[in-house]
Formats: sequence, structure tokens, C-alpha cells
Amino acid sequence: MNIIIAGDGKVGSALTRQLTSEGYDVTVIDSNPQVLESSVERYDVTSVQGNCAAMSVLLQAGVKDADLLIAATNADEVNLLCCTTAHALNPRLHTIARIRNPEYSDQIYRMRDVFGLSMIFNPEQQAAREIERLLKYPGFLRRDVFAQGRTEIVELRIDKNSKLLNVRLIDMMGIIKCRVLVCAVLRDGSTVVPNSGDFTFREGDRIFVTAPTKDLTTLLKNLGIITRRVRRVLLCGGGRVSFYLAAALEKSGISVQIIEKNYDRCQELCAQLPEVDIIHGDSSDLELLESQRLSEYDAVVTLTGEDELNMILSLYAGSVGIPQVITKLGHASSRSIIDSLNLGSVVCPKDLCVSNIVRYVRAMQNQTGAAVSVHAIADGQVEAMEFLVDENTKNCDTPLKNLKPKANVLIASITRGSKTEIANGDSMFHKGDTLVVVTNGRGAVRQLNDIFA
Amino acid sequence: MNYKMMGRFLAQILSIEGIFMIPALCISLYCGDSMAVKGFVCTLLIIAALAAVLFLVCRGAPSAFYAKEGLVCVGASWFVLSLVGCLPFWISREIPSYVDAFFEIVSGFTTTGASILTNVEALSNGILYWRSFSHWLGGMGVLVFLLTFTGEKGQGFTMHLLRAESPGPNVGKLVPKMRTTAAILYIIYIVMTIINIILLVIGDMPLLEALCTAFGTAGTGGLAIKNDSMVRYSPYLQNVTTVFMILFGVNFSCYYLLLIKEWKSVIRDEELRLYFGIILVSILLIALNIRSLYPTLEETIRHAAFQVGSIITTTGYATTDFDLWPSFSKTILMCLMVVGACAGSTGGGLKVARLLLLMKGLRRNIRQMLNPRKVEVVRNNGAVVDEKILDNTNAYLAAYVIILFAVFAIISLDGFSIGTNFSAVLCTFNNIGPGMEAVGPMCNFSAFSDLSKLVLSWAMLAGRLEIFPILVLFSRRTWQQK
Repeated sequence: MNIIIAGDGKVGSALTRQLTSEGYDVTVIDSNPQVLESSVERYDVTSVQGNCAAMSVLLQAGVKDADLLIAATNADEVNLLCCTTAHALNPRLHTIARIRNPEYSDQIYRMRDVFGLSMIFNPEQQAAREIERLLKYPGFLRRDVFAQGRTEIVELRIDKNSKLLNVRLIDMMGIIKCRVLVCAVLRDGSTVVPNSGDFTFREGDRIFVTAPTKDLTTLLKNLGIITRRVRRVLLCGGGRVSFYLAAALEKSGISVQIIEKNYDRCQELCAQLPEVDIIHGDSSDLELLESQRLSEYDAVVTLTGEDELNMILSLYAGSVGIPQVITKLGHASSRSIIDSLNLGSVVCPKDLCVSNIVRYVRAMQNQTGAAVSVHAIADGQVEAMEFLVDENTKNCDTPLKNLKPKANVLIASITRGSKTEIANGDSMFHKGDTLVVVTNGRGAVRQLNDIFA
Repeated sequence: MNYKMMGRFLAQILSIEGIFMIPALCISLYCGDSMAVKGFVCTLLIIAALAAVLFLVCRGAPSAFYAKEGLVCVGASWFVLSLVGCLPFWISREIPSYVDAFFEIVSGFTTTGASILTNVEALSNGILYWRSFSHWLGGMGVLVFLLTFTGEKGQGFTMHLLRAESPGPNVGKLVPKMRTTAAILYIIYIVMTIINIILLVIGDMPLLEALCTAFGTAGTGGLAIKNDSMVRYSPYLQNVTTVFMILFGVNFSCYYLLLIKEWKSVIRDEELRLYFGIILVSILLIALNIRSLYPTLEETIRHAAFQVGSIITTTGYATTDFDLWPSFSKTILMCLMVVGACAGSTGGGLKVARLLLLMKGLRRNIRQMLNPRKVEVVRNNGAVVDEKILDNTNAYLAAYVIILFAVFAIISLDGFSIGTNFSAVLCTFNNIGPGMEAVGPMCNFSAFSDLSKLVLSWAMLAGRLEIFPILVLFSRRTWQQK
């Protein structure tokens, strides 16, 4: 499949990396030759230098033979123009545009239809949604959603007060009183897939649990994790993510304060968010944070434009005992350093929208059972994939215990209609079901039928 | 300064004044009051001469017309309007002193309703009509009328004129064209006045009295045509007047929104809610306070409602001598004098909209004192209020207080009691009419010296035009040639 990526910025290059690694033919367009050069050096791509909305540039990039165009320059209007121009040159082309201006955010579906786009993505809004979901369920470090929100893989940390400390897997059911599946455990930087009932949880483990969404509350309650509703949230930095997040939290009645250092931006936020307290000041000024009674907040989200500052602030917030800390990272390239720090939940807008787009690309290619979505969990060592069972799927209606899956593959859940079942030996899947499959062999599974040995 | 353009405006305003004087002349002719006829005819001749000269001198005016010209033009035309408008009173000898006549007509045009006449009923019908009609014309604004119904075309300057003449902290347009906006407002005004007249005539009020009363109500003026204001009218007539006074104190753009069926934005309008809130609470408090003075509950509430409506809309009619009320009720009325009606109505005072902005600004400042880093904007009906408007509102309050006390000091020279003087200033500056004690609803301003009358006239004009046009007129900077 031929894919053109217009705009080789943060999102553009992350997409390039992901899509080339999956074997697609990628052409990158950017106006900056240096950026292009580094992309060509690192990945197996061709590049075209120029304005991506110009017809000549698009033709040079091979728009006539392309299947998909992803416009991710930093200007919304250029992205739209690029997509409509390309669409005019090649009516078969699927187009995806990044639209991040909050003023357009409540009209993206209409814009998609008006401009004939296949998809519009907004990294900041997605990040805000993700953070909102985390704030609604304090206690999970991370939530990955499958089967249209019916199944989730959540991340939990076993600390010294945890009820699961030194508990064997086989006894876990008795404590949490609902059916879940521990699909991976991250211990000392490496992943273990627990396969016997004798597996014992230790302090410092981060466990990844597959559970139906409706059981999450039960899970938290029985684990004794304080699920005190978040009432007061402090957002450091008043960027776009802050705006979306504050608007969403404001609606659900949570009191929000934003600290922003640019006075004009403060006023803008003030005008747009009537219920939110806007503080003018630099979040890196710890004295300012103290004067705003930092320790009285239920949650702190660090959303400034600088990753380093976000990390420091999150560490500080964790050290004064804020129950929930969420860190936004723009680059997040060195996950190993990040994981050694206590940053709470980490949200990376770039990764979120890359996985969203990759999902779309796979669905495009996939008339034959490729993954609907792929989530990298346990620091990328494990992939959780969502598949749709169709007529070409082998082994339908066979109990799982009679199947021989590949060694490193685990069927975690089966969702049928609105019901999610955590897989056990007697489960079976039918046509139309949604499966969540967990594997720690990277790239080994591309299609559902790959899971069978 | 574009003097020629301003001269043209003055000439046109004088012509309009002349045209509106003709019905009064006809009434005088019909009633056969030869002195009044003489007064009107002489005035009309003077107007014709002045207008002709101004038109001739100001031919070929350049079209440059900006905020400064707008302010000066409004201020100057109201002075000229009053200087000429009082001539019929003076020439007909019905008000022998020119200063008295000037005070009376300023009180009319500014919709104040303060009178220097000890016996109103002695005036002839034509003069009475002219005196009340000045309320109607002044209520909505003469320049607005000019812009609406004459051929003067202009791009930018119409806005400057409307801003300077219309009450309220933030004057906007309802529709893209200024002229259409002004026409809509005037049509609403005319229709409501006619309904009021019809309802009064139904209640057996003689036509001329109905006209005069409705003019006074519509312009929220309050110059009565009886010595004891509205005491002798039936409860029905009093209640009709109460309702219409309160209706004319509402921002006229609300009526436009009702016409285009924007019910929600009217119901949610913060100023309107506060206005009716203040009215209801005041009526309740006063009714409780005065319940022993009147035999029945109906009468108590009727008088409380009438007086509250009359004072808050700055009309100034009275159905009872509220100077005899307990001091708690009188104090509430004094507070209402300052509050005034809604912005964009025909009423005067500080305006409910300004009060709202001042309160919100104050609340924000207190919050910012508690947390100096907090950034907060002031909202009105959900929209952010520009800091400039807040600054203007604060400046307005400052100018308001300074002028209030300066005028208070000057008229204290006449040696009346402090209560009399203070209420006299409040009720002229806020365009109400009757005050307390010696200037109470059953008394008048005739006892003041000429100096006080002139200063109070100035205060009435300043109050009607919202201070700044009059301040600009008296500022040295305005007249300096750069």
C-alpha cells in the first residue's frame, strides 16, 4: 500500500517509523530539507521537498498511485487544503488530516463530510480524553480500550500495601471477586507472562489485567484502592490539552485550576472556560505551587510544553503525596528512563494518535482479518491486539483448550454483542465476535489466523 | 473640529423641533390662547431664521466626523434644543422668568420631570402639550430621531452620535445598518406609546391628559399636568401607568429580541433579571414598611408599586406624598434613584447594567486580592466584557460621584436642609423629578435661586447624556486647535 505523509514533524516522523516497520511504502513530504534528510537516513522512505498543498508537489510524491494521504503539518488549513487537493487529483485516495485548533473541534465531523476526508485526528483532544478517563478511574496507571469500550486492559502497580502482595495467581479470584485475566507482569524491566496458578505477585510488579469495563469498579473496590472521586484537579500549563481537558472536567463538575505563564493565554482560557480558575504564573516556581495549596489537590496533571519540566513537576507532586499524578510527554523517546521514575500515568499525545492512525491503516488493508487495533503495553514489550472474527477465521466454534496457539500468544477476551467473556479453556468464538489477543513476540502476529501454530 | 458639519446637524435638529412644535401651536389655536399662539409663532420664526442661517453658512461641509465631533455635537445640540425650546413658555409669559423656562424645558427634554411651577393647572393646553411632548422626544433622543427619519447619510459618524446620545455602558447595533437599528427602536417606542394612550383613554382619561401622561411615561419623564401629580386618577389609570413606566425602563433591544422570537436570551438577560428583582424586592419591603398608612392591602401595594416603578425608571410621577412615608421606605427610594433603569431604555440614573458590571468587577477584584495570581474576566450574559468597558464604567462612577457632590455643594448655598439639597441633586442628576422634603412630590423647585436652577439644569443634561458629552463640551482640550 502506498502512503503519503505530509509534514514530517513529531507525529509525522512517528507515523513514518511505525508504518515503514509494518512494511508499507511511504513517501514523506515536508518543506524543510534537513528534516527530510534525517527521515531518509533513518527509515526506508522516499521524500519530496515542497509545499504539500501544491499540486506539483503532490504529483511528484505519486498521489495518483497512492492509497492514503496523511496530512500532519502544523497548520490545520494547509492540512485541509492538502487533502482536498490530493482528493481532486486522485478520487480513490483516502485522506486523513490533523485538525488541532480548538475552534474547529466541535465541527470535525461536519468538516470531514464537507471536505471529503476519511478521518480527522486531533492529538491534543485525544490526549485530553485519555487523561479524563484516567482521572475518572484513579488507581489505574493506564487503560487501553478494546471492543468499542467494552473490554479494557488496565495497568496496576503492586506496592507494599497492595492486597495482592505475595498472593498466588490462583488465589487472586478470591480477593477480587470478578473474572479477570492477568496477561502480563512487568518485573525488573522485563515481562513475564504468568502461565501457572502458582505465580506470586511481588512488590514493585506492574501487572496488566484484562477485564470487562463494567467490572472495573468491582476490581478497584475489592483491591482496596482508594477510589475517592477526584474533585479538585490542578493542570500545570495552559496549552490545548489543558483546554480540552478542563472543558471536559468542568462539564462533569470537577473543580479545575490551570497554571499558565503567558498572561494573554490566561485571558483566552478565562474567556473560554467560565468555571475554571486560571492562575497566572510559572508552574516551575515551586513557591507558586505551594501558594496554590498544591497538597490539597486530588490530582495533578502536568501539561506544559516541556517534557523535562513535566517530569520534574510530576516527581514533586508525587513527593508531596498527591494521590494521582498524570504526566504528558511530547517526545517520550526514552521510555526506559521514564519508567524508572515515579511519574504516575504517562500520556503521550503523539503515540495515541499514531496508534489511532495505524489502526485505520490496518483496517484499510484488512479485508482479511488483520488487527483492528494494536496497543503496545508493558513498555512496548507486549502487544495487545483486537481482531474481528469473520468467515475466513479458522477454528471457529472450537473450545480454546482444543486449540494449539503459538507459544507466546494468549487469547484474553471474547466480546459478543455487549457481553465480554474472559477467555478460559471452555470458551469459544463465533463469527462476528471481537477477540483481544496478547502477544509478546513483536510483529509475529499480523492476522488473526497467525495466532494458531 | 468639523464645525460646518455640526452646524448642519444643529440646523436639522432645530427644524425637527420646529416641526414638532406645530401640533402644540394647533392646540393653542384650537383653544384660542392668544398668548400661547404668539409664543409658538415667534419661536417658530426664530427657529426658521436660525436654521436658514445655519444651513446657508454650513454649505459644503467636509464629511470628516469622528468621536470628538460626535460627543460635542450631541452636547451642543441638547443645549441649543433647550435654549430654543423654552422660548414659547417665556414669550407667552406663562413662565415669566427665562431661567425658570429653561429649567422647565431642560427638565422636559432630559425626561427629569422636576418643575418650578407652583400651579401647573394654570398653564394653557398647548403649552402643557409642548412641555410633556419634550419628554417623549428627549426620551429616545433627538439625534437618534434625526438619523432615523431624515436624509442625513453617513458611514461612521452615525455610530458616534448614537453612542453619545444613547444611555448604557455598551451601545451596539441590532442589525447591520445603524439607521435600521434606530428605526426599529423608534418604532417600538411609538407603538408602545400608542398602546399606552389607548389604555389610558379606555380608563376615561381626557385625550389631552392621556397624551401628556403617556408622553411622560414613555420618556420616563414625569412632568405631571396636575399639581398633585397622579393622586386624583383612578386606581386603573395608576396601575396602567405603573406597568408602562416599568416597561419603558427595560432595555429596548429586549423588545426587539422578543419580536424576533429570541425568548431565551430575553429570559436569561442578567440585567433584566436584576431590574425586576430590585423592583420586586423594593415593592415588598416598602409595602411591609407602609402597611399601617393605608386602609387596604390593595392600596398599599398599589402605592408601593407605583412609587417604586416611578423612581427606579426615573419617571417621577407620584400617587401619594411619599415624603410622608417612614424613613426606611424613603431611603429605599433614594437608593433606587441612583440605580436607575436598564441601559438602552428611556430611563436615567446609573443604570442597572452599570451596577451589574460594577458589582461583578468588585467581586473579581476581591477574589484577586485573595489570590493575586488569579486571572479572571468579567462576563455579562456569558460573553466576556472588554476591560475597556469596565474601565469606562469605573470612570463613569467616579465622574458621577464627583459631579453629584460638586452640584450638591453649589446648591447648598441656597440654605435649604441637607436632605432637600441632596435629594434635589439626586433627582435632577438622575432625571427623576421629585425628591424629598422641600422638593418632594407635592412641592417644586421654584424656591431655588437662579444659580441653583442653572446648575441643576446642567446636572440634568449631564445625567441624561451620561456625563461625558457634557464634560467634553466644557473641556478646554476640546476647543484647542492643534
